[in-house]
Amino acid sequence: YYFYLCGVVIFRWVLLIVLLCVSARAVDRSNFKTCEQSAFCKRQKELKPGQSPYRALLDTLELSDSRITLQLINDNNKVRLLLELYRLQGNMTRVKINELKPLKPRYEVPDVLISDPFTETLSVVSQDENSLVLSLGGKDQRLIVSAQPFRLDIVEGPQVLVSLNSRGLLAFEHLRARKDTKSELEQVTEQENVEQRTDEDGQIKEEEDKPGMWEETFKSHTDSKPNGPSSISLDFSLPGVEHVYGIPEHADTLKLKNTDGSDPYRLYNLDVFQYELHNPMALYGAVPVLISHSTDRTMGIFWLNAAETWVDISSNTAGKVRVISSEAPQTDVRWISESGIIDVFIMLGPKPADVFTQYASLTGTQSFPPLTALAYHQCRWNYNDQEDVKSVDQGFDEHDIPYDFIWLDIEHADGKRYFTWDPSKFPQPKEMLQGLMDKRRKLVAIVDPHIRVDSGYKIHNEILSKNFYVKNKDGGDYEGWCWPGNSGYPDFTNPEMRAWWASKFAYEQYEGSMENQYVWNDMNEPSVFNGPEVTMHKDALHGGWEHRDVHNLYGLYVQKATADGLVERSGGVERPFVLTRAFFAGSQRYGAVWTGDNAAEWGHLKISIPMCLSLGLAGISFCGADVGGFFKHPSAELLVRWYQAGAYQPFFRAHAHIDTPRREPWLFGPENTALIREAIRQRYALLPYWYQLFYNAHRTGYPVMRPLWVEYPDDVATFSIEDEYLIGKDLLVHPVTDEGATAVTAYLPGKGEVWYDVHTFQKHDGEQSLYIPVTMSSIPVFQRGGSIICRKDRVRRSSSCMENDPYTLYAALNSQGSAEGELYIDDFHTFNFEKAKQFVHRHLSFSANTLSSRNLAPDSQFSTASWIEKIVIIGGSQPSSATLKNADGTESALEFEFDSTLAVLTLRKPGVNAAADWTVILR
Amino acid sequence: MTCVHLLLTLVFAVSLGTPVEIQRPRGVPLTSIQFYVENKPFTCLDGSRAIPFDRVNDDYCDCKDGSDEPGTAACPNGSFHCTNAGYRPMFIPSSRINDGICDCCDTTDEYNSGAKCENTCKELGRKEREVLQKMAEITKEGFLLKQHLIEEAKKGQQEKKSKVTDMQGNKKQLDEKVEVLRTVKETAEQPEKEAKERHLKAWEEQKAAIRLEKDKAKMAEAFFVSVSELQSHAELDADADGTLTETEAQGLMGGAEQVDTSTFESVWPNIKDKYHSEVSREEADMSCLVSSEVPFGKMFFFFFTVVKLSAQKARDDFEEAEKALREMDDQIRNIEKELSFDFGPDAEFTYLYSQCYELTTSEYIYRLCPFNRISQKPKYGGSETNLGTWGSWSGPENNKYLLMKYEHGTGCWQGPNRSTTVKLTCGKETVVTSTSEPSRCEYLMEFTTPAVCQEPANTDLSPHDHEEL
Repeated sequence: YYFYLCGVVIFRWVLLIVLLCVSARAVDRSNFKTCEQSAFCKRQKELKPGQSPYRALLDTLELSDSRITLQLINDNNKVRLLLELYRLQGNMTRVKINELKPLKPRYEVPDVLISDPFTETLSVVSQDENSLVLSLGGKDQRLIVSAQPFRLDIVEGPQVLVSLNSRGLLAFEHLRARKDTKSELEQVTEQENVEQRTDEDGQIKEEEDKPGMWEETFKSHTDSKPNGPSSISLDFSLPGVEHVYGIPEHADTLKLKNTDGSDPYRLYNLDVFQYELHNPMALYGAVPVLISHSTDRTMGIFWLNAAETWVDISSNTAGKVRVISSEAPQTDVRWISESGIIDVFIMLGPKPADVFTQYASLTGTQSFPPLTALAYHQCRWNYNDQEDVKSVDQGFDEHDIPYDFIWLDIEHADGKRYFTWDPSKFPQPKEMLQGLMDKRRKLVAIVDPHIRVDSGYKIHNEILSKNFYVKNKDGGDYEGWCWPGNSGYPDFTNPEMRAWWASKFAYEQYEGSMENQYVWNDMNEPSVFNGPEVTMHKDALHGGWEHRDVHNLYGLYVQKATADGLVERSGGVERPFVLTRAFFAGSQRYGAVWTGDNAAEWGHLKISIPMCLSLGLAGISFCGADVGGFFKHPSAELLVRWYQAGAYQPFFRAHAHIDTPRREPWLFGPENTALIREAIRQRYALLPYWYQLFYNAHRTGYPVMRPLWVEYPDDVATFSIEDEYLIGKDLLVHPVTDEGATAVTAYLPGKGEVWYDVHTFQKHDGEQSLYIPVTMSSIPVFQRGGSIICRKDRVRRSSSCMENDPYTLYAALNSQGSAEGELYIDDFHTFNFEKAKQFVHRHLSFSANTLSSRNLAPDSQFSTASWIEKIVIIGGSQPSSATLKNADGTESALEFEFDSTLAVLTLRKPGVNAAADWTVILR
Repeated sequence: MTCVHLLLTLVFAVSLGTPVEIQRPRGVPLTSIQFYVENKPFTCLDGSRAIPFDRVNDDYCDCKDGSDEPGTAACPNGSFHCTNAGYRPMFIPSSRINDGICDCCDTTDEYNSGAKCENTCKELGRKEREVLQKMAEITKEGFLLKQHLIEEAKKGQQEKKSKVTDMQGNKKQLDEKVEVLRTVKETAEQPEKEAKERHLKAWEEQKAAIRLEKDKAKMAEAFFVSVSELQSHAELDADADGTLTETEAQGLMGGAEQVDTSTFESVWPNIKDKYHSEVSREEADMSCLVSSEVPFGKMFFFFFTVVKLSAQKARDDFEEAEKALREMDDQIRNIEKELSFDFGPDAEFTYLYSQCYELTTSEYIYRLCPFNRISQKPKYGGSETNLGTWGSWSGPENNKYLLMKYEHGTGCWQGPNRSTTVKLTCGKETVVTSTSEPSRCEYLMEFTTPAVCQEPANTDLSPHDHEEL
């Protein structure tokens, strides 16, 4: 009891601290640094575009099969850098810049690239005293190294695709010994290192220390900076580019803004209480990937650095009317990071899909979630106890609303000791889990990375005895305040620690857990309530590296270790499902991401679209926002609209703050219950399509939720659209996100394209803005003419219950009268699709009045009980007969109905197995 | 797979014990059997279309209302009827047919899913009968208790009403009595008052003399202020009580020869702060003297006691009568307040008034005082939290007396004020059975009382009455 009470007291206390740190409603910006307040950013920003002091020493050129190296010298301080250039398979160029002889090694981000990228031969095309021209392979692609001032240009024929250091903003703060504490040894080393560090008169130019180089204080927190200044910066110019995207996570527009007059976009994983919309402040996760797009080309820049990073974006056309500007459009991007090295991948496209493939080849693709994870999730901080869980579960059945997962937040654990259960609220977790399993449903319990410092807590004791905690600058275990009170933070950068963590999810280790229990990692930025900017001190130590070096990676490692644990507990059989709040490049490999602690406001509903689109562009497809909004109390209208929008976003979970009134779907009157039920049912019916898209995302890296321009790259009108999007390439969704809306205007892209309202089958031409009157039940969704989408229209209480149900094919014909689509089926939860090739992958096509199903994966096999119950051909004409031809040559006539007003043909009950070859011929 | 049994032969054990076979499509209740006639076209129950009979339960939805697929999951809006012999028949959404989850206790919903369901109808029926039996007993006894409660409440109410009437009559008399005694008291107090005033005057004179002496001796050195000088000090005047004029001072003291000194003395307390640093300790002595009580000399005391005794009696009589009046007012008010509560259609909830009921959980002690307030106190020390004060009955329209709402409790951080809903169920005992906090700061309390027990419908408790056949 004592500990329990203690936990409560501490919790309240901590809550109080959090509250004291914030103003009443919105984010307290003063808790978070501006560029001006971040010493390295300020120093770097003082450097203005101009002549670069860097010079390439072409005589140091070394050429091997896989790379070219040469030295750069800063003519101001004579410090030498080593430039490495790689031509990578799949039309990418990698540029690495490090100190030639750093005082000590600089951090290079591990574990993000899935492997050493495959290189291709770089050959020298020509060389003169000031330049070097390298071939990047076909299509006249060249990489030009200019010596003085140093710059890199990637060109294709006469066209410059991207230039590096063209504005002279390459800046590399070399590691140096602290003047007042130089030991003799260090001095000798330094002497060697700076042998060339003399100016023309042969005198050593000592750079002066600037404020914040060796120590920096923000609010009450001092960063000791024992290694001194170490920041890096590089600029990229993108001629012809007006639109750049990506670098999540920011609560901002899809198209990145010009940051000339504001702070740069910041990438530094932070727990931001009640975040504000439309600003460049850092949020919970960071993916340093920027995508540029123009009608000519789509490219990407992947800046592989896990330290605090700022991205400045400057466009010469920003805010200008195009006609007035005579100069060609250009966007300049500058990256600034606090430590590490410059390691940048330039993904040369040229098409959006190429960039996705290129990025996926570096950092991997979206993990393929078990089907159930794509269904609806019911969450709340907190479902109070077992009884509560049971009654909510029953509530869904009573109101005939499907759901797959119920979630437990921090209150479920015994005094916020994760991996345990509160003995009075959840005395029989297995009984509870079994109850859910009997309904073919599942549960997620939270496991956060902060560990309660408590000698009675097994997890803490083990971490302590294995010396797995992150250390403070003085070498003791780092401690900070989080939900449980005083907490330690396991060093997830340590692979041994991660292996140990993973082992804790074994059923015998995690008492009370069962196979239908999955995990959620929150607070993994990491959140430290009493730390600088609510996170860990930068001088904390992860083995030999400072937290400064690894900060943005921490959350990725937490999710990775947890996902590994779920795989291991099933003996490598089951696909894991882990949700994370913090993330980095590569996090897509480990599960789902949500947009953190949003609020029950219309603006937050709207921003969920560009936030998830940006994540998708940066490889993370499995994204969602808390349906209803985490903070505050949504109106019934907002809640309904959010369900309608969320039903068409990849990760579909309702969540609520502990201080908000209950908001299970049936608590807002029968009308709203019916509206929410319908939205969730639409999600369940479309699960086959979502599943197939995730399979493809897993194979290719294409985002599931896509901005329109990804599929219509030549249509300039789509480039800034963020209130609608595509699911795959076949469904266009324009959710209603305005209070009291009576209509929305949706842009239907594609010249010659046709779109069909999925609810009414009404046909609309592409390349037009369509005014759509809406009521509370409207969810404007359109199917692209030319597509076939498979649905399961028998919606049941959970996705597992629908496993063997039949499919209905919706073939929406294009103006040529044809359509095609895919159907993917497997066991929906194991790795057998990968390990044993157990799946069904069909290609469905309709043309010349013939619809057929063809095997896309002849070497795979899987038997399904599912069959084809109905085929709906939208935009078709009335046949006189419909004949089904089976693989064995047998034929049978199909009955059909034709709705002549909407031109919808419905074929009754083909009855063929979904895995079979078959053809339907209309005459 | 797609071929589903069209018809199902159902065997029933009727209460008579004779097995009867009734053929009907799967999932159709007996009440609808006439719409499903074998070998005749089936008309969707909404009349929208007719289909060949072999399309009933063929696992394809033909009717918009789902009526052609009562036994399969083909229609999104269909429903399936399970007979559940031995228990209660029910409809389930057709999406629960063959979903791998046993919904019907007779297992008929899972005929093709591989789910291993056991027929639990008999067991459920037995349990339900037991529960119903128990409930019936409770209801019966509870209802009897309720009758007592009603009787008592009515009696009590009647008593209270007549008591109020009586009291109102008595009150009138008391009012008059109080007025009479007030006059008596005031008359009796006159000599006492005069004696007091006389003595006070004498004392004031004496005091003035002492003061004068002291002042002359000590204060003169500290500071001397003539009346005219004093009056010229505007700042002192402003600070002083504006009415403190020479005339007033004279009137108070009654001696013309002492006017100057007494004026000074009256001003002194007001100016002493200003002169504080100069005055030092003497000022303290002086204020002590001024504030001390009027001393009573022996002679005065004797005289005064006599006068006072006669006045005191009158005073006591008056006060006693006044007090009695006040008390009566309170009593009337309280009874009227109690009578104003809605204690139910038959006043059956009256007995809960001014009672409190506690429930101790692992953390807290909850206390429900019906029609008053609900509170929560930590078991191991800590202050009490108000979970709401009596608001209103808030049950459903047909019986609002099933829920009580207590509102405006202690406020929650960033949230509403705490409130509690009390759910009343029939029981022999009056007891709080559970509490919970389904939503932050919104509590739910379950409370049993005979007062909500309904009259048992009839004595036959057989659940078979509602069963098919």
